[in-house]
This record gives sequence, structure tokens and C-alpha cells, in this order.
Amino acid sequence: MSGTFVGMPAFPTAARAALGDTQLRRNLAHATHTIRDKRARVVAEVEDWEELRLAGAGVKEAALRDLATHLETLEAALTRAGATVHWARDAEEACAIVAAIAKRHGADEVVKVKSMATQEIGLNEALEAVGIAAWETDLAELIVQLGEDLPSHILVPAIHRNRAEVREIFRRRMGAVGRPAPDDLTDEPAVLAGAAREHLREKFLRAKVGVSGANFAVADTGTLVVVESEGNGRMCLTLPEVLVSVVGIEKVVATWSDLDPMLRLLPRSSTGERMNPYTSTWSGVTPGDGPQEVHVVLLDNGRTRALADDVGRQALRCIRCSACLNVCPVYERVGGHAYGSVYPGPIGAILNPLLRGVSDEQTASLPYASSLCGACFEVCPVRIDIPSVLVDQRAAVVDAHRGDRIPRRGSHWQEAVAMRAAAWTFSDARRLGWAERASGLAGRVLGRFSRTTLPGGRAAAGRLPGPGAAWTGARDLPAPPPESFREWWDRTDGGRS
Amino acid sequence: MKVALQITCVNDAMFPDTGKAVVRLLRRLGVDVEFPRAQTCCGQPMVNTGYLDEAVPVVRTFVDAFAGYDAIVTPSGSCAGSARHQHSIVAERSGDPALVAAVAQIAPRTYELSEFLVDVLGVTDVGAYFPHRVTYHPTCHSLRMLGVGDRPLRLLEQVRGIELVDLPHDTECCGFGGTFAVKNADTSIAMGADKARHVRDTGAEVLVAGDNSCLMHIGGVLSRQRAGVRVMHLAEVLVATEDSEGDSSGPAVGARKAGA
Repeated sequence: MSGTFVGMPAFPTAARAALGDTQLRRNLAHATHTIRDKRARVVAEVEDWEELRLAGAGVKEAALRDLATHLETLEAALTRAGATVHWARDAEEACAIVAAIAKRHGADEVVKVKSMATQEIGLNEALEAVGIAAWETDLAELIVQLGEDLPSHILVPAIHRNRAEVREIFRRRMGAVGRPAPDDLTDEPAVLAGAAREHLREKFLRAKVGVSGANFAVADTGTLVVVESEGNGRMCLTLPEVLVSVVGIEKVVATWSDLDPMLRLLPRSSTGERMNPYTSTWSGVTPGDGPQEVHVVLLDNGRTRALADDVGRQALRCIRCSACLNVCPVYERVGGHAYGSVYPGPIGAILNPLLRGVSDEQTASLPYASSLCGACFEVCPVRIDIPSVLVDQRAAVVDAHRGDRIPRRGSHWQEAVAMRAAAWTFSDARRLGWAERASGLAGRVLGRFSRTTLPGGRAAAGRLPGPGAAWTGARDLPAPPPESFREWWDRTDGGRS
Repeated sequence: MKVALQITCVNDAMFPDTGKAVVRLLRRLGVDVEFPRAQTCCGQPMVNTGYLDEAVPVVRTFVDAFAGYDAIVTPSGSCAGSARHQHSIVAERSGDPALVAAVAQIAPRTYELSEFLVDVLGVTDVGAYFPHRVTYHPTCHSLRMLGVGDRPLRLLEQVRGIELVDLPHDTECCGFGGTFAVKNADTSIAMGADKARHVRDTGAEVLVAGDNSCLMHIGGVLSRQRAGVRVMHLAEVLVATEDSEGDSSGPAVGARKAGA
């Protein structure tokens, strides 16, 4: 009952539509600035934040460097603790494993903890296809699911909605899938949360199977960790008889003490809280307490592909805090849907191409969805140098088309021609000199016919045709000066004559 | 100390007045800056669009042009960042150990203008006079890639007659982003419009920054809005004195006097 990102257009097209949505612009600007400010306040409280970032990056980097060993340690520890470990190469395998477990228990519904991995593999849709309803129990995920909408943020998937919209969704949709919203529902956050609580409670108490992801998987103790704010996760992890957790293989950390920096970095970066309200940990089955059948699905789905990328590998350090989304000036204006993935924003712009490759036009447009301002790197708790990876992924996009005999869809061949011409010009100062003389001549002509004077007295170039229109559509452009700096230097002996 | 000016391709072709201002300013401070004629571009347009192979000959031209200089000064945070942080990537890609070695030599000697003035020359008062209401936008690459910090502001604070006002949300990107400005023009303009709004809110006559490419974008939006705010490179403010005609009186610098 939710939408799909399949078939989304390339980023610039999707962004143009999003930029025209005034409600979205307002909701996003308000929400991102609120979380951004909150994060900045609680991060400033920590004196050794930079050391903590280094420690966090170090923990994840060490785990990734010896990933196979840590995963085998994790598997052994989990098995010893009574869990069943499954390995899934891709989304299809992972979904099939979860569906088979639910079927075996005769379940026609499961309750879910908020999880990016299960979103990534499209688990809800896969379960629906075999007659199993998957109920999202995180408040924001519930809003998205009831609204037959798509998530637009990693932490706050309904960030694009305001409370008036949430009230409408609850009023219209809750009744069709369970306990309806009360008649006197207002758009007060506490009232909305109360309605969600009532609606969800009967699902928690009824479901036999719970599905989760994990924020961390500790190899030496075989412990999975879920960090959350609402307590819905704790309900899903403890009430059902059967628990299935889908965990990306990059979630592994080597030891229990490795959790120390991670659990300090995550809440401050993510929700802007000193500590998250609920941290649940479990290691396999505890007789008589909690789920008596515990499964862990270790998911690859492109992660080993990303691991093989020398520059991009660092993206696997990501702990899904979404601090990069909240500070990104592009995300703030276009929102998450324009990225066409459950992973939007700066991290999505590198993670999607790293996991999937850049052969389709939509994914290939993502590394360019950034002004390379660097705000993302500055806030990343595990020091992922997102701008450098973006540039490297752009090179991957260009390199993917180097062998083309005829221009393929999405190849930007005009850009390639322009870049080669620029490289030829910039390879020799004489050639640049010729180009500047031509531009000076154009400047004289444009200046003469110009009807616009820039503040300061310089003539503007007027509206340009072709690709130049992308600039002059909303921005004036100064006409090129009649004389370049180089010509001035030669004529005046560097201003001395 | 042998000092070279790296004018940058954008300034060379589009904003020669900034280059002239750097030359005059440095001479006033006793630095006989040279302009190596073999220079072209730092290669950033190619690198940041993904054309690494195409950037190789450009980076080679860069290191050939600036070999033998003790310091390379550039009036651009973005181009200094490109030399210091990206040339090594391009050199690695070329597979040429000689280029890798040349980049390792030259990259650390490249300074953005405010870094050169404050760190190398050790000055913050450059003897400037500019009696205007000014706001300063820290460009992303100077702020976050180079870490120039408050150096430009320390220079501006010493300018006689200036009325310096804070720019709200100053560290937010203006939306230029090189080819981003045309590849994602709609988003770029949405960002530029917000930046222009913050600039207008200051009531400043002049918006100053250390990168003409960003100023071309913000200034282009402000001009289209007929906002009555002009943009100026930091160097052009710092070069202005009580004696200089035109420069200190505000809106007289322009293409038409470029030949003067």
C-alpha cells in the first residue's frame, strides 16, 4: 500500500517539480532548520567532538577492513545464542527469506520497526505480494504508509508533511486498516500521537512476527542494537513470538566496547538529542523472555560492490543519522523524493551509485545533485568525505560513457565535447589567449547591444540561447570585458607602463 | 620570495579588474608579483564534472607554469582548493610519477589571497579606504575546503570608512557550484534567490566575497531583481584607498574602464 521509486525521472527533472511545491518548500525549510539548529547545540556541548568523530570513523573503518572475519564471528556468536543466520545476496533473496519465515508461522501480518534496510529491499511490497500485511509502527513511517506515500528522509520519513496534512491522512485512512482515528482528532502533535498509539496498540498485541533492521551488529557478542525514540521498536522486538532482523553487512562492529563512540555520536547527530530514549539490544533467544525464534538476515545488496571502491568504500561507514540531509542546501529545497531512493540527500547521492552502479540515467544524475559546498562532510559523525566521493562518482559516470561510439541516452555528449574543447584550450596559454580575444570581441558586441547595466556600471550580456539559457533564465551575466587580464598585462607591462 | 599570481581562467577572461587589484595591492605591500604567461586554468571545471582524463593536461600546464615559485597567490578560494586538494587526484589518475611529484611540490605553495596576506605577509591592515556599507559572504570552498576562517573578515575590519554588517545564514552555499549552476539550474537559482534575500536584508550596498564565480551567480540574481546591490571581489575592496579614483567612490569600476 505504498508507492514506489521505480521509474523516477533524473534528478534535475524531479527537482524542478519539487521546487514548485510551495507547501513542500515551507515544510522542509522549517523542519531542516529546526533539526539543524538542535544538532548544532548538542554537538557544541561535547568538548572532544572531533576526537569522537575520529573514534567513530575508526570503529567503522576497522570493521570494514576485515569485514569477512567480523561477519563470520557475528554469525558464530548469533548461532551460539540461539539465532538463525541467513545470508542474502540481494533484495529478492532477503525478501524471500522473510516471507518464508512468516508463511511458516501462518502469519498474514507482521509489525515492523523503522528500518532502512527493509525499505531498501522493498520488503513491504514483497510481503504484500504473497498476502502478508507489513505494518509500519514508527509514527512517521505510519504516516507515509497510510498516506500511500514515499519516505523523503532517513530519520524523519514524513518530513515533507505538516501536522495538518497528517491529521487528514489519519482521518481518512486509519479506519480502512484498523482502529479508526477518533472523531475529534485535531492537529495537535500530542493528539495525533495519541491516535497513532491507539491504532498501533492492537497491531502490537496481535502480530506473531516482528520485523526489524539494526543500527549495529556487535560481532564478538552476537548482539543486535536498535536505537529509537518512540518505544514502538521495543514493542516489536519483545512482544511477537518470532523476530526477523534484516541487517546490512556494513552494520557490523567488532566488539561491544566499539558501541561506546557510536552510541554517543548517533543521537546528537541524528535527532539532536543527548541520548535517544530507547536503546534495545538482544543476542539470540532468551528462554521465556521475548521472541522465542530469532532470525538474522545478513544483506549484501550491493555493499560488496561499494566495498571494492577505493574512494567510495567510506560511504559504508554511514550510520544513517541523516545529519547530512538536514544541512544540505540542495535537500532543503527539493526534499527527498527527487533523489528517487529511500536514501536521499548527500549520502544518497553517493550510496545509490555505489550500491547499484551508474548505468541508469536516474542514478547517474545523483552525483551531480550537489553544489559541493561541503556542509555534509562537516557534520558527518563518521567523517565520510562526501564531496570527494561525489566527485569520484561523477568521474565514474563520465568514464562509463568513454567508449560510446554513438551518444547513448543520458550520456551528455554535448558536455563531453565542451569539456574536451575546454581541456584543449586550457592545455596551452596561447590557445586560451585566442579564446579570450574572441570573447573580448563578443563582449564589445554584446556590450554595445546590451539593454541592461549591472550595479557598478558594467554591461550585461542579455539572454543567451542554448545551454547558456540555463544561466541567463534567472541571472544576469556580465558581458565579457573587451580586454582580458592577460592582454592588459602585456599591453601595460603588468600595469607598470 | 618569488611570488606568482594565479589569475584563474574566470578572472582572466571575465573579471580582469580583480587581477589588476591583486597586482596593485601586492605591490603596495612590497611584493613584486609576477604573472607567469604559461598559466591557464586549475582544471576544476573538468574535475568537478567528472572529466579526470581531460584535467590531466590542464594540471600539467599548471605545474609547468608555476614551477620555481615560492608562493602562488590566487584570488579564489575555489581554485586554491582545487590546486591543494584535487591536483593530486588528477596526477594519480595520469599514472605519471613526475606529475605526482610536481603536484606534491606545488600544491602546498598555493595560497588563497586572504591566506597569503594574513599568514605569509602577516598583515591585516593593508591601508585600504572604502566608505560603504558592506556584507561578506564566505564562499564554501574557502570556508570548508581551505579553512580560511575569519581571515577575510579580519582584513575587512581594518579597512577605513567601511561599515561591515553580518550576513544572515552566511555559511550557507549560494548555489553556484560550477557546472551545477547549469546542470541543476533550477535548484541553483532557488539557492541563489535565498542568498540574495539574505543579502538584501542586510541593507548593504556591496556584497564582498573571495570568489568571483560565486559573485557572478549571486550578483546575477541580485541584478535580475534590480536589487541595487553590487558585488565586489575582496581584492577590489582592499586595493581601494583615499587617493584611488573611482575605486573608493563605489559604482565606477566596470568593463568600460578596463582598458584604463
